Amino acid sequence: MKIVEQLLFLVLSGAAIYLFARNIGKIRRNILLGQAEEFNDQPKLRWNNMLYFALGQKKMFSNPLVAVLHLIVYAGFIIINIEILEIIGDGILGTHRLLLPLLGSSLYTIFISAFELLAVLVLLGCLVFLLRRNVVRVNRFTKPELKGFPFKDANAILITEIVLMSLFLLMNAADLQLQSLENTTNGFNGIVSQLLTPLVSGCSISTIECIEKAAWWLHILGIFAFLNYLPYSKHLHILLAFPNAYYARLTPIGKMSNMPMIEREVKLMMQPELAADLPASDAPMKFGAKDATDLSWKSILDAYSCSECGRCTAACPANQTSKKLSPRKIMMDTRDRITEIGKNIDQHGPTYTDNKKLLGDYISVEELRACTTCNACVQECPLLISPLNIILELRRSLVMEDSNVPNEWAMMFGNMENNQAPWKFSNEDRGNWAKS
Amino acid sequence: MVKVLSEMAAAGESPEILFWVGCAGSFDQRVQRITKAFADILNKTNTSFAILGSEEACTGDPARRAGNEFVFQMLAYQNIQTLNNYNIKKIVTTCPHCFNTIKNEYPVLGGSYEVIHHATLLQEMIKAGKIKMKEAGDFKGKKITYHDSCYLGRANGIYEAPREVLQALDADLVEMKSCRTKGLCCGAGGGQMFKEDEPGDKRINVARTEEAIATGASVVAAACPFCMIMWEDGVKQKGKEAEIELKDIAELINERMV
Ligand code: SF4
Ligand code: SF4
Repeated sequence: MKIVEQLLFLVLSGAAIYLFARNIGKIRRNILLGQAEEFNDQPKLRWNNMLYFALGQKKMFSNPLVAVLHLIVYAGFIIINIEILEIIGDGILGTHRLLLPLLGSSLYTIFISAFELLAVLVLLGCLVFLLRRNVVRVNRFTKPELKGFPFKDANAILITEIVLMSLFLLMNAADLQLQSLENTTNGFNGIVSQLLTPLVSGCSISTIECIEKAAWWLHILGIFAFLNYLPYSKHLHILLAFPNAYYARLTPIGKMSNMPMIEREVKLMMQPELAADLPASDAPMKFGAKDATDLSWKSILDAYSCSECGRCTAACPANQTSKKLSPRKIMMDTRDRITEIGKNIDQHGPTYTDNKKLLGDYISVEELRACTTCNACVQECPLLISPLNIILELRRSLVMEDSNVPNEWAMMFGNMENNQAPWKFSNEDRGNWAKS
Repeated sequence: MVKVLSEMAAAGESPEILFWVGCAGSFDQRVQRITKAFADILNKTNTSFAILGSEEACTGDPARRAGNEFVFQMLAYQNIQTLNNYNIKKIVTTCPHCFNTIKNEYPVLGGSYEVIHHATLLQEMIKAGKIKMKEAGDFKGKKITYHDSCYLGRANGIYEAPREVLQALDADLVEMKSCRTKGLCCGAGGGQMFKEDEPGDKRINVARTEEAIATGASVVAAACPFCMIMWEDGVKQKGKEAEIELKDIAELINERMV
């Protein structure tokens, strides 16, 4: 019987890890469908960013209460997963509480009690988060782009965490009860689970054994399920926050990326010798981004890293005044679109096109036009994501590829070209204010 | 007395600093008053400066952010040529958009200068004692609130300089609900200044004006010409022209310096 369980465990964990690795591999491939952009300068600063912003969640602390809860849920969840190592060890070796004889009763009691306390904190944190989403209904969680899957996704993860933590505590409580029924001498104690033993006190030894085993299996199966749900969920951010912080753009946030091809064109026209050092390219000129794959790979990584928290949208002046634009939606659309492109590749091969585009089929012109480039979204994002970057690349395509420009802008461009000012004034008069 | 660089250069002189006026500062009637106030301060502090006059062109910021890189590159090329020909080293500007573009976006195109926004220059001059305020502080007890420009604040991290400048007025500086990194945009950036708003329930400048009204401040100080234009409109929409005075930090200092 034991060997069957061991085998089953091995097969299941192997399958879970294989599936997870395969999905992560696909996400990596999808990210690399984006355009090349180098982010290898200043490695020291990059490691620091990863430490402070990903691990330390520094930007979350503009709201300390939420930040502390989030850190507890996150850190608690990670640390409790150290206990998973024991669970996996037990699963493979067919042992029961492998670390107990190694650490000795008292040390093991401390070890387990610490985890149990964390588990309770995680549980409470998740409860508060559930309340904020479903009862208090914090404004940024009720925007239209969260309707449907994203809303359920967030709740599903929170509930799963609560269930996992409860199973962990129940498993320990059952174990304690067994110890007392069997008068074990070298047992352990758990600071929280000892309070829960009444839950199983009326049961026979065999029932309790069953409960203990079931809790153990459900706990580990839950973890495997969680692992394989991640790639489809906004909870991917718990992993991708790290590379995303490392590869964060280090340039001032007000600086737009240069377009060397256009710089070269203009210099060729005005003063050809200046264009000599600029790289020429035989590829057909393509301006800005129409589809997700036209974006920098970093923007696609941004999209996969987005936690859909909506801090960007809450800060967006356009969104605050009920314009259609929501920077969070820009990130969600980009992720949905690149996922779709990835699926197309899997199903129909790399040359297939579905005649859809990020610009138009996902993100509308009206949304793009509403942006004031104020950078509030970039400033607020705890994950160092830039929705603005995507907006600006799409705008470039809209204007330069499609000549899709509102009249007032067409006039502005004309004035700038002819009079060197966005208004229709003669540039000769530029210094007139100084004369009067 | 404002000298134009071409005339100065013809006389074999060169200024310590170039005053980059910007399009709004040159052509918009309201903003011209800010430009003049700042030029006044430069004169009163005996700063050696000049303007480009008709040789200045738009930096290209609104075109670039609207998506038209061609127009941006043409204007950038033209400006960088002019600035490099005059061998300009240091530039001061009253416009955060010009500031951001010249400081952050011109260097890769071959235009590297020391660029300073007038908020920072005024702060330095006050610190150095070059600007002295009149004794009788007619601002005592008056509430002033400062509006952060996105391109000065978030884009370039300048939050304290304009506030320190306002401290010199001895007024009661109050903050709006959203300020500094969380400052609410005036609604002008990214080319919005030059087109109608997209459909929504409110204009952004009106939302911002409401925040100022809530503070009870009688003066709103700005450090950006486009913010100023949006504020003028917002305050008018709310019918608060009589209660709220809109001033650039340069105007406030110029009116009350010795
Ligand atoms: S930059 Fe654009 S999308 Fe981002 S907050 Fe400002 S207006 Fe909204
Ligand atoms: S972009 Fe950043 S701030 Fe916006 S929803 Fe995603 S994680 Fe949150």
